[in-house]
Amino acid sequence: MSGLVVEDVDVYYGRVHALRSLSFHVDQGEIVALLGNNGAGKTTTMNLISGLVKPSSGSVTWDGTDLRSVPAHDLVPRGVVHVPEGRRIFSTMTVHENLMLGGYRVRDTSVIDERVERVYALMPRLLERRRQQGGTLSGGEQQMLAIGRALVADPRLLLLDEPSMGLAPLIVKQVMEIIAEVNAQGTTVLLVEQNAKAALRIADRAYVVETGRVTLSGAADELAGDARVVEAYLGS
Amino acid sequence: MSQIIINGLFVGSFYALIALGYSMVYGIIKLLNFAHGDVYMIGAFVGFVLLTSFGGLAAAATIPTLVLLVLVAMIFTGLLGVTVERVAYRPLRSSPRLAVLITAVGMSFTLEYAVRQIFGPSPKAYPVRVSGGSVEFIGARISTAQLVLMALAALLMVVLAFYVNRTREGRAMRAIALDPAASTLMGINVNRVISRVFFIGSALAGAAGVMAGAYYGSIDFLMGFVIGIKAFTAAVIGGIGNLYGAMLGGLTLGLLESFGTAWLGGEWRDVFSFACLIIFLSFKPTGILGARVVERM
Repeated sequence: MSGLVVEDVDVYYGRVHALRSLSFHVDQGEIVALLGNNGAGKTTTMNLISGLVKPSSGSVTWDGTDLRSVPAHDLVPRGVVHVPEGRRIFSTMTVHENLMLGGYRVRDTSVIDERVERVYALMPRLLERRRQQGGTLSGGEQQMLAIGRALVADPRLLLLDEPSMGLAPLIVKQVMEIIAEVNAQGTTVLLVEQNAKAALRIADRAYVVETGRVTLSGAADELAGDARVVEAYLGS
Repeated sequence: MSQIIINGLFVGSFYALIALGYSMVYGIIKLLNFAHGDVYMIGAFVGFVLLTSFGGLAAAATIPTLVLLVLVAMIFTGLLGVTVERVAYRPLRSSPRLAVLITAVGMSFTLEYAVRQIFGPSPKAYPVRVSGGSVEFIGARISTAQLVLMALAALLMVVLAFYVNRTREGRAMRAIALDPAASTLMGINVNRVISRVFFIGSALAGAAGVMAGAYYGSIDFLMGFVIGIKAFTAAVIGGIGNLYGAMLGGLTLGLLESFGTAWLGGEWRDVFSFACLIIFLSFKPTGILGARVVERM
């Protein structure tokens, strides 16, 4: 079974039941969006896949391997790379150093250099600011840096948690275009978003998550037209 | 005058070596490792054991043997540091910070009294009298051995600065100091890097231990206590968590002590250093470099 399959997963934080037999899948080459409000369990789902939280039951498989037994830091060599909520760039390190860290698990420095160059080609703004400290970038640039840093790890599955958070509409559009471009080059993308409109524009399929379970799923264009989604997430 | 400066720089260079370990550990896991001074003490004792068990070594204490002694002590204390972290600190990684702090104090006593149990409570004479005479340097006399040890300390610090600032592993250390969870997402094995920091910090303390034994000529199981607090002072003066701050703080404290001793007399030395600590904590708690260099490592 290729792609990502999350099946019947339950996650607890102490007594809080964060995910309730959550199931969904992402096929190779797709962009899949997880939509939902604050506290619905979207970030927990991301942390589940990247091994930062462990499920009490259910399974998470990627390309046929069970990810539950893989330590979080060993997911990168398996092609699973997580861009966390709030970007989490290394603020006092330079843009270039941040990108180099994305290639931490790559031994061959010429490969890292080549990938960093590819990121600079995709996001020329980062090249202009390569010697600047990450924390001095604007929000949009920081998001691009976070995505760029993940790309240096050469992901086959890219997990993006709220990439549009706090960004102006025009910048959101740019970031979404970059994500679509990355996907077009062959990377599978799982996109968590509160900004349903922006996410549905580039996604192939989407799931709506409420209080830890999937309540609605389907092709992105169908969901964009679904009355319940329009009412709850898109506004009229 | 120049003699005071030379003495200050010599003492300061091993304060700096110890302060570096303090500061690196604080930078990466925000722990004040109170057992760090005792690792330095054990470094001195490793040198002592080597010198006494190979009788020929003490007799032929030349400069190369001294350097060899430092290296062996560094490896031993480095591994000791890794073990201490693994046994005492790692299981408490997610506990409240106070719990780890108390554990560090406990670890300190454990090491001190283990050494007392083995070697006894009385001070041991350090059987190293390095031949090679001394040189005259801008009006100050400095022994060749002191000169070599200072050069070695400087070399260790240069290598460390290069490692932390220019290599892949150094980058990983700085990343963890900033954000451990995000570092994990980069594929960095955080525990392994923390072990490495303990190895490096403890090895530097071990080197300082041998230097101190050779300089003061006598060692005992409590020698790490005051030095540990002084290295902490040095780290605070420089800006704790900051690599260059620890080096600068060590040298500054060494010089301050040296001048304090010359002006007020040796019995005031410790009063003087801890007065400096209090002054810095009151007026500039971030240390000399703390405010300017934001990066914590």
